[in-house]
Amino acid sequence: MHPAPSTYSGVADVVAVLVLLTEFAMLRAPLLRSQVRLYAFQSLAVTALAVDIAATRHINELYALAVLSFVLKVVLVPGLVLRLLRDAEVDLAGSSVLGVASMILIATGVAAFAFFTIGSLHVHSIALPTTALAIAAAVVLVAFVLIILRADVVSQAIGFFSLENGVSVASLVVAAGLPLVVEVAFLFDLLVAVVVFGVIMRVHHGRTKTLSTEELDRLKG
Amino acid sequence: MPAILIALTTFPFVVAVATFFLPAAASRVLSVVSGAAAFGLSLALVPAAAAHSQLAVGSLLRVDALSVVFLVATTFLYGATAVFAGGYLHLADGAAGSRYGRRFYAGLNLFCWSMVVAPLVNGLALLWVAIEITTVISALLVAIDDTDGATEASWKYVLIASLGLGIALLATIIMYYAGTTVFGSAYDLSYTKLLAGAGHFPPDVVRLAFVLAVLGFGTKMGLVPVHTWLPDAHSEAPTPVSALLSGALLATSFYAILRYFQIAVRALGPTFPRNVLLIFGLASLLLAALYLLSQRDLKRLLAYSSVEHMGILAIGMSFGAPIAVVGVLLHVLAHAAAKGTAFFGAGSVVRKFATKDMTKIRGGIGALPWSGPMLVAAVLALSAMPPFGIFRSEFLIVSGGLSDPRDTVAAVLVILVTLAFFGLSWFTTQTVLTPEVTATAPGGAGAMVTPPKGEVSRWIVVAMATGLVALLILGVHPPAQLSHLLDRAASELGSPR
Repeated sequence: MHPAPSTYSGVADVVAVLVLLTEFAMLRAPLLRSQVRLYAFQSLAVTALAVDIAATRHINELYALAVLSFVLKVVLVPGLVLRLLRDAEVDLAGSSVLGVASMILIATGVAAFAFFTIGSLHVHSIALPTTALAIAAAVVLVAFVLIILRADVVSQAIGFFSLENGVSVASLVVAAGLPLVVEVAFLFDLLVAVVVFGVIMRVHHGRTKTLSTEELDRLKG
Repeated sequence: MPAILIALTTFPFVVAVATFFLPAAASRVLSVVSGAAAFGLSLALVPAAAAHSQLAVGSLLRVDALSVVFLVATTFLYGATAVFAGGYLHLADGAAGSRYGRRFYAGLNLFCWSMVVAPLVNGLALLWVAIEITTVISALLVAIDDTDGATEASWKYVLIASLGLGIALLATIIMYYAGTTVFGSAYDLSYTKLLAGAGHFPPDVVRLAFVLAVLGFGTKMGLVPVHTWLPDAHSEAPTPVSALLSGALLATSFYAILRYFQIAVRALGPTFPRNVLLIFGLASLLLAALYLLSQRDLKRLLAYSSVEHMGILAIGMSFGAPIAVVGVLLHVLAHAAAKGTAFFGAGSVVRKFATKDMTKIRGGIGALPWSGPMLVAAVLALSAMPPFGIFRSEFLIVSGGLSDPRDTVAAVLVILVTLAFFGLSWFTTQTVLTPEVTATAPGGAGAMVTPPKGEVSRWIVVAMATGLVALLILGVHPPAQLSHLLDRAASELGSPR
């Protein structure tokens, strides 16, 4: 088999690190709007990764996927959420349970856990960079930290969307050959999920006049 | 046969689109027709699926005995719920009422369509897509009543379930990664291929994929500790939706876990997958049994009973004896019928008494002469009383467990199920089998006055009777074809070695 081109896996790793760093930046972003912009940037990085892989591994379908992912995740989704924020006239993120420093510390620990877990699988593949897979797993776990510690619906929704970005990175590095129909189905699902998130966020804001989740504590037991 | 698969994947969708434009009165009939037709088509698949190893249409659709079991459970509940919804829905006159009715019926049919498609698709990736569609549609259906509780429940549901499915997507991709060592970097994730090559997958990667799949799809199945959305969504959704969530959606997610189980058993041998399911199953059963003892809200009580039954399914799979696996699959069918019927009864009671608080519901048998006793029967069926189907299925599971070297687990199962039985039957029988409370009755203060005698709707009575008849058939004498189907599906789930 042909050995993996080192530039390819280098670029893949760098982009994956960028995606992870953006995830950390979201943790500390105090403004909801800046959080949405960070998400758009993160999606752009994922799109760039798709183009890189399409070019180096000659998988032409991935170009189509990159276009779709750009339109959806860089333009449409952030646009929708920003519009919701404009209507809601809320700027500041809800008070998080912990301070920024503690959040970052927890996130770092969680990311390290992901590196070691994937590393302990001892899968050495010539064609596929395992480092990027470990980083993708870290993105997923840090997204969980974001969702758990932030107490407003926008951060939680963005947390979910960025989790999906992490999974996208994983799918690009280890499953780039997955048939296009499946990849498009994934993206379509994301679109539907975004619409549903949007509808429920709007209903929530309409009922409580806030984007905070503090009032969502009636159902217990 | 291919025509049946294509009809099942298209017909409910067409009906869903049609009901969005039709008036509610027409939708109500059309939904019943669609549900009954889907159930009939699924039954027509039973003999073929019991005889052949698989039936495929193109590369996208495929059924085997395992998928037909879940298809029959889902479509049965589709038909019964469509009948129940006809009686449950009080459609206000005017534009608002008709808009609600159109949205409701379109959502209901679309939701059922997505659950019918899930066991029909061929491959882990498409299965994930189908289950994601069930999430987004059902989240909107949970929110449809537009109360504070419904909004909160649907937000929790859509967020937690989506995160679970994010994990499940990661599992799908890691399973794909495992397959690349055998099939090269580009292949489709079809079952036929995965099952054939699973023996050569790298074990550590499959282990990771399986645990992630159980955690991810387990979120939608309601396994503890990722069940937290379930009681809220089940109690706040309109009751027809609760019945579908509990009886069909949880089973569909279990189906996804079983597909991963099938591959994991071939790649790793049976021990590891069984242990994972055992841990989740025991945690679910224990927690649900304890919550059942202290629950006052009728619909939350039934929701925790679902967590209990999902725990039983997971434990049953961990026993591994073929008789236990047959029991698990029968349990899927019986649970769909029993939980559907119980929710229909709960819906009738809640409509009549206008509260879900069981301490305020008294004299149900006087107020509801048909659906009251049938609710008690459904609850007893859920508690595994003979002659109903769950008695037979739990009997099979426990006897499979006693033949297992770890027979203490079977003993724990019996104890916890008994505990759950107390919680479930104590409160529900109190609401129904107590004397009516009239305004002058002594000690009536605090309790609600029993409303006058009379059923809410005949449609509800018909739906409940259908469910009980199905439970009796499953319990007394399951048809021979169905038994063949269950045996075949159980052998598909077993290890080929």
